[in-house]
Amino acid sequence: MNFEPVIGIEIHVQLATRTKMFCSCELSFGEEPNTRTCPVCLAHPGVLPVTNAEAVHYGLMIGLALGCKIAPRSIFHRKNYFYPDSPKAYQISQYDIPLCSGGRLGDVRIHRVHLEEDAAKLVHTGSSGRIHGAETSVVDFNRCGTPLVEIVTEPDLRSAADAAEFGRLLQATLRRMGVSDVNMEEGSLRVDANVSIRPAGEATLGTKTELKNMNSFRFLERGIDAEIARQEAVLAEGGKVEQETLHFDPESGSLTSLRSKEEAHDYRYFPEPDLVPMAPTEEMVERARAALPELPAARAERLAEELPAEVARLLAFRTELGDFYEAALAADPTHPRQLANWTVNDLIGALGDRDPADTSLEPADFARLVGMVADKQASASAARAALPGLLENGSIDEAIASSAVAGEDELGGIVDRAIADNPDAVEKIKAGKGQAIGALVGAVMRDTKGRADGGEVQRLIRERLGV
Amino acid sequence: MRDLLGLTAAQQAQLIASGEVSSAEVFEFWRIQAAGDDLGSYLWVAEDTPTDPGALPPVAVKDLFCVEGVPSSAGSRILEGYLPVYTATSVRNLEEAGAAVLGKTNQDEFAMGSSNENSAFGPVRNPWDRTRVPGGSSGGSAAAVAAGTAPWAIGTDTGGSVRQPASLCGIVGLKPTYGAVSRYGMIAFASSLDQCSPLTRDVTDAALMLRILEGRDPCDSTSLGLPDQIALPSADRLDGLRFGAWGLGEEGLDPGVAAVVRSTLDRIEELGGSVAEIDLPSAGRGISAYYVIAPAEASANLARYDGVRYGHRTEDFEDLLGMYENTRAEGFGEEVKRRIMIGTYALSSGYYEAYYGTAQKVRTKIAQDFAAAFEQVDFVVTPTSPTVAFELGERTADPLAMYLSDYFTVPMPLAGIPAVSIPCGLSDGLPVGFQIAGPAFSEGRILDAAYALEQAIGFEGAPVR
Repeated sequence: MNFEPVIGIEIHVQLATRTKMFCSCELSFGEEPNTRTCPVCLAHPGVLPVTNAEAVHYGLMIGLALGCKIAPRSIFHRKNYFYPDSPKAYQISQYDIPLCSGGRLGDVRIHRVHLEEDAAKLVHTGSSGRIHGAETSVVDFNRCGTPLVEIVTEPDLRSAADAAEFGRLLQATLRRMGVSDVNMEEGSLRVDANVSIRPAGEATLGTKTELKNMNSFRFLERGIDAEIARQEAVLAEGGKVEQETLHFDPESGSLTSLRSKEEAHDYRYFPEPDLVPMAPTEEMVERARAALPELPAARAERLAEELPAEVARLLAFRTELGDFYEAALAADPTHPRQLANWTVNDLIGALGDRDPADTSLEPADFARLVGMVADKQASASAARAALPGLLENGSIDEAIASSAVAGEDELGGIVDRAIADNPDAVEKIKAGKGQAIGALVGAVMRDTKGRADGGEVQRLIRERLGV
Repeated sequence: MRDLLGLTAAQQAQLIASGEVSSAEVFEFWRIQAAGDDLGSYLWVAEDTPTDPGALPPVAVKDLFCVEGVPSSAGSRILEGYLPVYTATSVRNLEEAGAAVLGKTNQDEFAMGSSNENSAFGPVRNPWDRTRVPGGSSGGSAAAVAAGTAPWAIGTDTGGSVRQPASLCGIVGLKPTYGAVSRYGMIAFASSLDQCSPLTRDVTDAALMLRILEGRDPCDSTSLGLPDQIALPSADRLDGLRFGAWGLGEEGLDPGVAAVVRSTLDRIEELGGSVAEIDLPSAGRGISAYYVIAPAEASANLARYDGVRYGHRTEDFEDLLGMYENTRAEGFGEEVKRRIMIGTYALSSGYYEAYYGTAQKVRTKIAQDFAAAFEQVDFVVTPTSPTVAFELGERTADPLAMYLSDYFTVPMPLAGIPAVSIPCGLSDGLPVGFQIAGPAFSEGRILDAAYALEQAIGFEGAPVR
């Protein structure tokens, strides 16, 4: 039987606000443990939460960016559970009335966007690395109370690859908005996936399982694929998929059950009596709307007017590359395609994970170099070889000098020398073996260290040999 | 030095202002009084007198108010010895106005109780009759003011926890509109109901204290303050004011209490007011709704006492769950455990709508009852407590009988409206309280009416001191 996977994803995003969700502690970036705390986020007796206005603003921006409806009045709930990472023993979250609902990003419908707070970080010592069997467990409350936005999609995704692609688009969108660091490894963006399968063509949904906390989109894709395969195997053997929460281990590729439906918590949600409802004014919504930059989906569309769709998408998704490309294009608008190709191929290769804005390469210099290559005044391979140096304080003038194509005067002498040094090849060319010209071109290229245009070299050789 | 015992807080403030006594002398007088308390009113008394305590006499503070560096346990073993790292906004407002903290008063554990017998640190005795309870949960504050070991005090009222002990001890207890006073730093019992409330000798002192306490606090999103500054009350007549009397026909109402309350209604008419019986159809269900909503909120509010960060931690545990269970089993008393279980149950999946959902609907109905009533009358008046102070131990075996002590006081906090209890006479030699409730933010008018009535009644508010 053919099965169709049905996938929805839930993304938790740490907001890049100055302070925590419900107190005035500044957010922590690797400070000493328990130095960004106060009576409120440590849940001392008698304290009360106060909602962070900047977090609401970011929440509204995200909702608007995803085309959601903003609730005129939404409320916080208490989600009750005992665990040392939750000092109040409840998380303040949103439940039946989220801040935003009913949007869309690309082909995927957004179910809801809501605000909540992050938990503290537990560190377990001992061999297991988990709380069971740990020698001691210590709590770092620096992260506790960091503002989170939870984004939940409708189950509109049909493959692991689509889910990963959607995740990347959402990540790029949030990064572009500047509302979060969206760093999966550091946990500022965390992805869960709800996965079920059903016989192809059927409308009813199968039993879903939840894959927790995959810390890269590659793992997300592999995890979902592994879970689809597992569910298919279960059904093929005549079994039933059980509702459960699973952990995917990217090293072994295995899935382990974290808890079954029976073990699921009863969170006893009820309205948080310490907070008044959030009722965003028109002014707040307008301020959030005005703060939205051009988003990747729109940027991809715009760039695709001049560029191949794939290149446009890449530039739009990697905001920093798109910004660099557009700055370079502004400096020299004559070669958009070459500039884009150089950006998504050669520059990416030289950059690795770096942001071009953090390197010494100026967009205008990049445009100048690429322009010379496009105008055949500079050698592509030499320019390519100069890029890594340019990212690290290399001089653009030296780079241009070293890749500028040798002029006809200079090149003439070198061609003559190549002809003189390779009598065998000359013989063959004259005998009509055209491909032998490659040996002469190669010699010229070696001699010029690539600073020559292959076509021009061939023309000169043929001219000299009269073929 | 003058004997301050016979003076109200406002009168003492005048003496300080005129230079007749120094504020340090006043503080020292009360410090000695408080240290000499033998009713169990105090859990902590200031050891020294500050050089300049401030322009007002010192204040006794219910244990559940956090005061930086001062033991604040909310009457619970689980917070025994806990020293807050910050001071509650209400207490700070008092300190800034010149009323220093005199001591921390005994209370029912986490404000759960109507007799002060649920304190982990022993009961409080009623100064009118030491075999009887002072009421609760702010029993220590009420007994201290009545017995003359504090000039005035603050407590918290959730379902009657200030008005009922004020009634049983023959003093004034004023529960403000929800949101009038900041809750920041008040160890929470039921967040949607708790209000910081004055317990005073007379109505003027209550007005003076409310003026200091009220105000919006950026640390409490639910606080609003009052729209107008509270004036000291001065009315001597009740001409044209309409009073709606509720609950005088209730079965559980003690006949002696009913008689004193009826004579108070006559006084109202003598002062020019009109009295009519009024029906609040849903208010009688207040107790049922209250004992779902308050425990539900409490079950979450008290979940933080887990032994991880502060307070009591069991020594007897093998794993995390055992640590939680034994810490809480050892740290909480019977009544607190009962309410945590009731509240947890009421919020459980599958029961939420039937219990919590229904209780919230009743709450809305009660608020609507009051709104309808206030279209016909200016105030709703009731007995504060169905009985006078009862014997220690009389109701401890019967939680329902205990809960019914709050029958007349629970509807007002459910509706969020203010109410005052003033002493209106004696029954069997024990004080009877008269409750006056008004619409939200009508504290000024309530206090004026209460003042006129207080002058007419001339209650000799003194047990043997």
